[in-house]
Amino acid sequence: MPRKPIELPMQVEYMSILDDTGEVDKELEPKVEAAQLKDMFRWMLYARRVDERLLKLQRQGRIGTFPQATGHEAISLGSAINLKPDDWHVPAYRELAGFLYRGWTLEGILIYWMGFEEGARPPEGVNDTPIAVPIASQLLHAAGMGMAANIVGDKKVVMTYFGDGATSEGDCHEALNFASVFQAPVIFVCLNNQYAISVPLSKQMHCETIVQRAVAYGMPGIKVDGNDILAVYVATKEAVERARSGGGPTLVECLTYRYTPHTTADDPSRYRSDEETQRWVAKEPLIRFEKYLKNKNVLNDADIKKMDEEIEVRINEAIIAAEEATKKPPLSDPLAMFDYLYADLPQNLQEQREELAKALGLNTSETEPRNAATSARRGA
Amino acid sequence: MPEMNMAKAINLALHEAMDRDSRVIVMGEDIGPDEGVFRVTEGLWKKHGEKRVIDTPLAESGIVGAAIGMALYGLRPVAEIQFAGFEYYAFHQIEMHAGRYRNRTRGKLTVPMVLRCPSGGGIRAIEHHSESREAIYAHSPGLKVVIPSGPRSARALLHAAIQDPDPVIYYEPKALYRLFKENVPETIETLPIGRAQVIQEGSEITLISYGATVRAMIDAAEILEEEDGVKAEMIDLLSIAPLDTETILNSVRKTGRCVVIHEGPRTCGIGSEVVARINEGALLYLEAPIKRVTGYDVPIPYFAREKAYLPDGDKVVSAAREVLSF
Repeated sequence: MPRKPIELPMQVEYMSILDDTGEVDKELEPKVEAAQLKDMFRWMLYARRVDERLLKLQRQGRIGTFPQATGHEAISLGSAINLKPDDWHVPAYRELAGFLYRGWTLEGILIYWMGFEEGARPPEGVNDTPIAVPIASQLLHAAGMGMAANIVGDKKVVMTYFGDGATSEGDCHEALNFASVFQAPVIFVCLNNQYAISVPLSKQMHCETIVQRAVAYGMPGIKVDGNDILAVYVATKEAVERARSGGGPTLVECLTYRYTPHTTADDPSRYRSDEETQRWVAKEPLIRFEKYLKNKNVLNDADIKKMDEEIEVRINEAIIAAEEATKKPPLSDPLAMFDYLYADLPQNLQEQREELAKALGLNTSETEPRNAATSARRGA
Repeated sequence: MPEMNMAKAINLALHEAMDRDSRVIVMGEDIGPDEGVFRVTEGLWKKHGEKRVIDTPLAESGIVGAAIGMALYGLRPVAEIQFAGFEYYAFHQIEMHAGRYRNRTRGKLTVPMVLRCPSGGGIRAIEHHSESREAIYAHSPGLKVVIPSGPRSARALLHAAIQDPDPVIYYEPKALYRLFKENVPETIETLPIGRAQVIQEGSEITLISYGATVRAMIDAAEILEEEDGVKAEMIDLLSIAPLDTETILNSVRKTGRCVVIHEGPRTCGIGSEVVARINEGALLYLEAPIKRVTGYDVPIPYFAREKAYLPDGDKVVSAAREVLSF
């Protein structure tokens, strides 16, 4: 009956491949085609420029409050590129790069931040859920999808995202536990940006890392430099391959910094210093990936200039398209609020829809409920 | 089909649904080898195995959240929360996701799942095991709520719920599980969600109830007929959301008098909504104020006092006589 340390069957790792200055660890460097590397940079730059423009639009009052994603491009893109289109992408709300990469149109994203649910409709051809506002709640959907993939046996995997604050929620625990118990093919990608609005990670938990919890759940875990897209790419690639081959879930903690306010309604000067933010700016993901790509002669300034010009055109076009779309039905029609709650519009909602139409002086016969099931039956 | 009790009828529906549709997955706490604490999932695990009959960890939010994920994936999960009094752990998943995915993705992602919950009092259970909180879900957009009142409606409503393209909260009044038996048809029948049933026609007063208190309503109607010579019209709502306003209004327009009976607390209960709809649609037909016979606005008492809390035939008769003599 001895008293002795318990030997745990798993341990967690830390990995970084590109250091703060963009120097690469040659042994860990993944083999990625030059064209793909350049493409990765293009997507990151695109997400960055979109985020910057969204801020301007918000300041101009053309979109509503939104959470900026600047600085989280490496985590979002570096993981999402390991998915197939019919794998599931289950984001929280700072995965702008992943949304764009998965085929969400910029026009749709703008429409969402202009206040329309239509912008939360996932594009065709991919298995994506929209932004999840309630913290950590989406992780359980990911666990359930992974369980479903095992039941169906179709080898799809699920990649889901959450912040450091989310780790305090009960749903985070339940999701990690469910995924582990049922060996669901889920990759839990934690964007540890060290802040939950104003509360720093040190007040969120009293342990060294987030990833060490993987040991407690009996699943593999790895912590990576989340500003290093190569490390994110390699860690999540391994996790996807393991999940797809029946090896169950993985927890990937990606350390980054929340470079921006929590949302455009937040004022970080109340709880952190500008010096702290500036220290992290030097380590941000685009700068170091750019250095790496230039060192490899994959990218030059002319390339970046060209990318920026193309991106600007795309963003300008999308803004015009989105603002035009809001002036026409269905976006311009307030009655659309009723149209998709159920497959069939129940009597009470039909009555309320008519009541609102009357209050607004609208003709309901011109704005038939758009619900697919309802209109199909009407046509039949 | 032989006569069977409600627990058996629900079990039959689960067997039938799982046999018919490989997408139907049953999940919850103790529903596998233990076959459910009320034995409602009897035989399912033995027949279909642990892939489709899933004993989950003890976590209500986990059960509902994972079921939502399965439904998004294309399966048809039927999740059980062991007692309605523990649904609060999962309420955010039900309200923020199950009831909203279709709406916020404009019809692209849907959650065709059923949440089964043994509900209500009357079985001398320990604390937190006797709640009736259907009004919370009726108040939550995007959900449907159905409550059977016996074996036949239990089987038919469960089939309807499983086939429904939207999330359905299916309350099982556990006082009814083994209270009485009924014949159920040989072939599978479904009841349309959103439709009430007139279980007895009458002309002088309308009694409206659902779930376990349908028994109190029937008891009261018998007393009223025997002692007062009044034949009450009785409506079994079956569906709480959507609510069958038409059937309610047609009856009240005929009788001019009404008593609503349910077990859940009175304030903002289903009775409140029924009264409001009568007010909007049949006020001028009323001969008397509508009475509500309901649970009181206190937590359902621990079992020594629960009988006093629950509606029964005598309470309904008293209310009906007040309404009739107004």
